[in-house]
Amino acid sequence: MKISVYRFDPDEDESPRMEEMELDLPAGRDLMVLDVLELMKARDPSIAYRRSCREGVCGSDGINMNGRNGLACITPVSEAAPRGKLTLRPLPGLPVVRDLVVDMGQFYRQYEKITPWLVNDTPPPAQERLQTPEDREKLNGLYECILCACCSTACPSFWWNPDKFVGPAGLLQAYRFLADSRDTATAERLAALEDPFSVFRCRGIMNCVSVCPKGLNPTRAIGKIRTMLLSQGI
Amino acid sequence: MARLPTMEFDGVIVGGGGAGMRAALQLAQSGLKTAVLSKVFPTRSHTVSAQGGIAAAIGSEDPDDDWRWHMYDTVKGSDYIGDQDAIEYMCSVGPEAVYELEHMGMPFTRTEKGRIYQRPFGGHSKGFGKGGQASRACAAEDRTGHALLHTLYQSNLKAGTTFLNEWFAVDLVINQGGAVSGLVALEIETGQVVFVKAKATVLATGGAGRIYATTTNALMNTGDGIGMALRAGMPVQDIEMWQFHPTGIHQAGVLVTEGCRGEGGYLVNKDGERFMERYAPTAKDLAGRDVVARSMIQEIMDGRGAGPDSDHVLLKLDHLGEETILKRLPGITELSKTFAHVNPAQEPIPVVPTCHYMMGGIPTNVHGQVLTQAADGNDAVVGGLYAIGEVACVSVHGANRLGANSLLDLVVFGRAAGIHIEDAMRQGIGHRDPADEDVDNATARLARWNESSEGEAVVELKRELQRIMLVNFNVFRSGDHMRRSIGDLADLRERIARAHLPDKSRVFNTARLEALELDNLLEVAEATAIVAEARTESRGAHARDDYTERDDDNWLCHSLYFAADKSVGKRAVNFAPSTVEAFQPMARTY
Repeated sequence: MKISVYRFDPDEDESPRMEEMELDLPAGRDLMVLDVLELMKARDPSIAYRRSCREGVCGSDGINMNGRNGLACITPVSEAAPRGKLTLRPLPGLPVVRDLVVDMGQFYRQYEKITPWLVNDTPPPAQERLQTPEDREKLNGLYECILCACCSTACPSFWWNPDKFVGPAGLLQAYRFLADSRDTATAERLAALEDPFSVFRCRGIMNCVSVCPKGLNPTRAIGKIRTMLLSQGI
Repeated sequence: MARLPTMEFDGVIVGGGGAGMRAALQLAQSGLKTAVLSKVFPTRSHTVSAQGGIAAAIGSEDPDDDWRWHMYDTVKGSDYIGDQDAIEYMCSVGPEAVYELEHMGMPFTRTEKGRIYQRPFGGHSKGFGKGGQASRACAAEDRTGHALLHTLYQSNLKAGTTFLNEWFAVDLVINQGGAVSGLVALEIETGQVVFVKAKATVLATGGAGRIYATTTNALMNTGDGIGMALRAGMPVQDIEMWQFHPTGIHQAGVLVTEGCRGEGGYLVNKDGERFMERYAPTAKDLAGRDVVARSMIQEIMDGRGAGPDSDHVLLKLDHLGEETILKRLPGITELSKTFAHVNPAQEPIPVVPTCHYMMGGIPTNVHGQVLTQAADGNDAVVGGLYAIGEVACVSVHGANRLGANSLLDLVVFGRAAGIHIEDAMRQGIGHRDPADEDVDNATARLARWNESSEGEAVVELKRELQRIMLVNFNVFRSGDHMRRSIGDLADLRERIARAHLPDKSRVFNTARLEALELDNLLEVAEATAIVAEARTESRGAHARDDYTERDDDNWLCHSLYFAADKSVGKRAVNFAPSTVEAFQPMARTY
């Protein structure tokens, strides 16, 4: 198989380059893109990428495969490269540290900005706080986010304003806490998001929805936050 | 060597999984200068892969549930080499530790009453084994580890913990008094090497399943803490005890939670027979994991395996109905489709016992303080060093861990270590200053790799190690094969000492990390092999074909292994819980 992979070592290279290679893949098995990366690394140990769980839950190996963001470990080669050539690049829009490794700092800072923890100032009971199954159901499709950054780095609004627009991943988590019946900081959370950028830079492009490897829908969550902000009369 | 840059903390926790972050939270909340040093961003730690639940007798599904029943089940599950003081502590404070997680915001699944949902898990019973199956695993769908880990990360952000993310721990710094002064670590992004000095160093580095060619473990589970401890002269305990989870997806190795069987799924052989009824008439598919794994291998060896190569069995879930499967096991549905190309609502999942969990580890007391053996054979605390979670052996799992007890172990002992360190700080414990050469000693293996100019490739040596372990230290073990493997591993040690790191670059050099990880894999593998061969009995997960019975006269004890002289010793099991009568060894049937 023909593979083209983005290479850049800041100590060695003035600018990034695409390295072309041919790799014999074992027959009769549809490998995941991560398996291909591991085969490449066995041949050239210097290629750098993040990976860990290899089952799509840790969120380490978000990369861009033939133009589409996803997790290398759960993307079959046949799906990433239906026409036979695999092109691997780092997630777009974030500074490249080396090869397929990006600096996630900007992404994590947006996550930290939304107060990503439960706020409840009443003294906790001796047991658990009660929550009805219906209220708990509201967290589904939100809490499962693995912070892989596939969505935010597929979002043109995030590319433009990575410092001011929270981005789909951060906003999905913002709504995860707004939607939690146990959280008591709704007003403060909304107040922190009411500026023209944090939420309202979302243009409904929905790239986030189309690339999310966990099948989550940040656009819908952002819509719910907008509705909450607007119904507060902001 | 030139002096390394130094960073100073009250407490440094190596590892950002459930145990590490629970300990860090305890320290940060009490205002101590706390750092979590992790080779991955914390939410990528392997705790995230835990699925089925966290065991605790909170009495949601059964108001009569009792932590003493949980304790009995855990002792029996351990095949009686779990320490009863530690198990008593874990099971009795378990409910409190789970409620704390809920208060932090962990999104547990709920019952109609609004309480935490609990599902049945293997080996958990009511009434001291006499009252039938217990529902004790508190669950967030089948993503309990993910929910727990993200919640703990969030709580640490709130508490102001310092995160040294993507830093690799090279080795412990041991001062002239034999106490731990901190560690040498490598910042992955810059390649900078730093002495991280701390009044308390906590190893929370997780497991080492990657010593096996197939495992449910993440690629980064390379036993870094075990390697560091053994190189520093500390022992490991019960390291021969490796859990093979009954349901790893055939070929992929990816875990399918025991919760599948908890929700009513069961295993069948190629004839569609529910074979666990023959091996464990009462608990059936929810017997101890070691029992189920052995039964599966027996079926395969007797020619009743499924598939063209008769090399696996099938996990049947379709009778539960699509609605239950989607509601209770959504993650499993995803994984089965991706890695086995089956929809569990329609077809059974091909599964095989797969390396999953390291019951052994660095011996500690219930406060997480690392123990070594003094010359007189008594336990001696290692100053400044703690170990918690899978890397530790406190020991609550003994020879076989019960499902859903590992998440509980993480939070209970993470918290316990945190509380103990807080007290120590209040009593004014200070830094234990090392000499320059002590710090240099901790950089030795890094220097070795950096100076290598030729030799074998890391990837090849790793493959060979993983193959040796998979073939010879699996569900069933034989003395001849183990003895031969010990020789093979000794050879491998010499070859690894001469292996080559071709890429010497500075920035985000993952080849260097894999070389450093290989050193650690070797330490774990060799310890496993030598102790497994030495334990001449079958107990829990350690099943030998030349010593098929449990031997309580000689082996109702922990094993201890010291790497310096590759020696195997013994340590007494604790049979002195403080509030209940000890549970005496009995024949273990399910």
